[in-house]
Amino acid sequence: MTLPVSDADPFDHDNLEDPGPLHEKLREAGPVVHLTRYDTYALARYEHVHAALTDWQNFQSAAGVGLSNFRYEKPWRPPSLLLEADPPRHDAPRRVLSKIIGPRALHRLRDRWAADAAELVDQVISDGAEVDAVPALAEAFPLRVFPDAVGIPASGRENLLPYGDHLFNAFGPPNDLVAKGAPRAAELSAWVNAQCARDVLDPDGFGAAIWAAADRGELTPEQAPLIVRSLLSAGVDTTVHGLSAVLYAFARNPAQWQRLRDQPSLARVAFDEAVRWESPVQTFFRTATTDVTVGETVIPDGAKILMFLGAANRDPRRWTDPDRFDLSRDPSGHVGFGMGIHQCVGQHIARLEAESLLTALARRVTHVELAGPVRRHHNNTLRAWRSIPIALLA
Amino acid sequence: MAETRTLRVTGKEPVADGVVALTLADPAGARLPDWTPGAHIDLILPGGLVRQYSLCGDRWNPYTYRIAVLREPAGRGGSAYIHDVLDLGEAVGLGGPRNNFPLVPADRYLFIAGGIGITPLLPMVAQADLLGADWALLYGGRREASIAFLENLAGYGDRVQIRPQDRYGLLDLPAFVDGHRPGTRVYSCGPAPLLAAVEQACADLPPHTLRIERFVAAAHGRPLRSTPFQVELARTGTVLTVPAHSSVLDVITAAGADVLSSCRQGVCGTCEVTVLAGEPDHRDSVLDDAERAAGTCMFVCVSRSRTDRLVLDL
Repeated sequence: MTLPVSDADPFDHDNLEDPGPLHEKLREAGPVVHLTRYDTYALARYEHVHAALTDWQNFQSAAGVGLSNFRYEKPWRPPSLLLEADPPRHDAPRRVLSKIIGPRALHRLRDRWAADAAELVDQVISDGAEVDAVPALAEAFPLRVFPDAVGIPASGRENLLPYGDHLFNAFGPPNDLVAKGAPRAAELSAWVNAQCARDVLDPDGFGAAIWAAADRGELTPEQAPLIVRSLLSAGVDTTVHGLSAVLYAFARNPAQWQRLRDQPSLARVAFDEAVRWESPVQTFFRTATTDVTVGETVIPDGAKILMFLGAANRDPRRWTDPDRFDLSRDPSGHVGFGMGIHQCVGQHIARLEAESLLTALARRVTHVELAGPVRRHHNNTLRAWRSIPIALLA
Repeated sequence: MAETRTLRVTGKEPVADGVVALTLADPAGARLPDWTPGAHIDLILPGGLVRQYSLCGDRWNPYTYRIAVLREPAGRGGSAYIHDVLDLGEAVGLGGPRNNFPLVPADRYLFIAGGIGITPLLPMVAQADLLGADWALLYGGRREASIAFLENLAGYGDRVQIRPQDRYGLLDLPAFVDGHRPGTRVYSCGPAPLLAAVEQACADLPPHTLRIERFVAAAHGRPLRSTPFQVELARTGTVLTVPAHSSVLDVITAAGADVLSSCRQGVCGTCEVTVLAGEPDHRDSVLDDAERAAGTCMFVCVSRSRTDRLVLDL
């Protein structure tokens, strides 16, 4: 079988607006498709995306998880010690952060976040039945709880979303989206870096815990601020669009909202099902560390591989009726958080945020539906939203 | 998908007097859970005997684990079983991997091994070398013939000092740690008297410089059960039986419990469930020793039960 080729641009505005048709084409073309425009190898089937995600030996991250190949190109910022690192350098940062924001460590935030969510929902409902779910809930809740949990100062937090937006654009090709963010990139990076210093961080937060690990010798003092930076980079936009996804999913499927109301313990399942269904992080790249065979294709050493998480999460080979948002499905095993050693280290934070917000909403809101035309926000990596007008009936 | 985690013995060979190395692989040839230098696994032998062994192979090969087992005549039977009975092709149970002895980032490492204590240090040495760190290994044993893995260390030249006791006497620890420079980490594993001597030799070094791993028998002397057990879902009162070859996760989700999972290897932490009663048999890589001992939660993709019944907050 010859290698299927495509000259499609996954990062053009049509495909960012609606990636579904391209995903289907790539999935059906074969296990690997050569994307000629970027000379990169696309994986869109669940089986192969899952395998590439877990096989860090052959599919490395340290050459960059965007299109840029750090073997030949200088990264636009100092690489992440987590996302853009391989073992053995990846080991210590991952170990430290896995503990600090691991499932056990988050228990102490449960009650506080539940109360915060209830307060936010009360306020949103009292402001009127129709709201734009993106700013009013999906942005408001993470911005209310997460920066506090990290322990950064209160001022300047409006920089977090634009920073993340540019960062996630920068994983794609240098297109208009990257150009649009470039003028502020240096300023936003400088602001984020300044929030990572030990002396500005609240002693109770995740950031201070990272510095404490450095004090115990588990990290070097040089690593600590970069690991705090990872929290601020990867922990805001992703959850905003994850929460947008689940709110959109319910607004589109009011019967599923009734199901959640009847059985609030489904909140976590609902969020993961939305992460599967929408895949807030759509794509990441890897780089072949050697000639790697996928299917019948040999991907050459040093080549960039583009993994379509969103396509894998709707692969009919793995999921029954994949385009349906369905709380009776077990979404376990989706690759919306990745898989393997680089799997989203903050996934438990995302789930707790979602559970807090959905539980608070389910308590107050009997019915949810779309109240106007929705608008996507285009980003090279994220399946993002600008506006989701919804009606919340108490 | 394997429903309980087992490994098959695919290699067994002597590597020194009284030491055999085992190569272990997934029965279906799947990738094994990832690990880092210093990690150990629980090996669950027939009859439920649990023994912990450091992984001493190459983690760039995801398909096999390698461990080395010293015959301990005064031991409780685990090493004798592995030496005398365990055969190629046989299955053993797996817990972990877990790492209580991680290699922290540093510019310079000093490694001190006594006897079979070389096992966690072998992958550390390889890693320090890979990273271009300054490092040295001092490795003692009773006699040269009892010192394992000499051929693995031969290529490192004078970074490695092999010191059989019958020729050199006790390890000269003060000389080895002398000339300590800031940023050095000292890693040591071996018999208790060696570790005590290492602690003494490092007593004046800055805090967090010395990292040691003690071989201690698992807190639970009792063998693990390999028989079915019951799981009660407290919110509905449903009682389910978990057969010997099924995971708790599969049994409870088949019965309709809303439990998410992801990696199914006891690594990612997604399938945490609160335990209300009963004693879990932890096989995950997430919990630390205190959390394991507390027994208030479990990761149902891999963990099981020590008691006839577990009551879960579901």
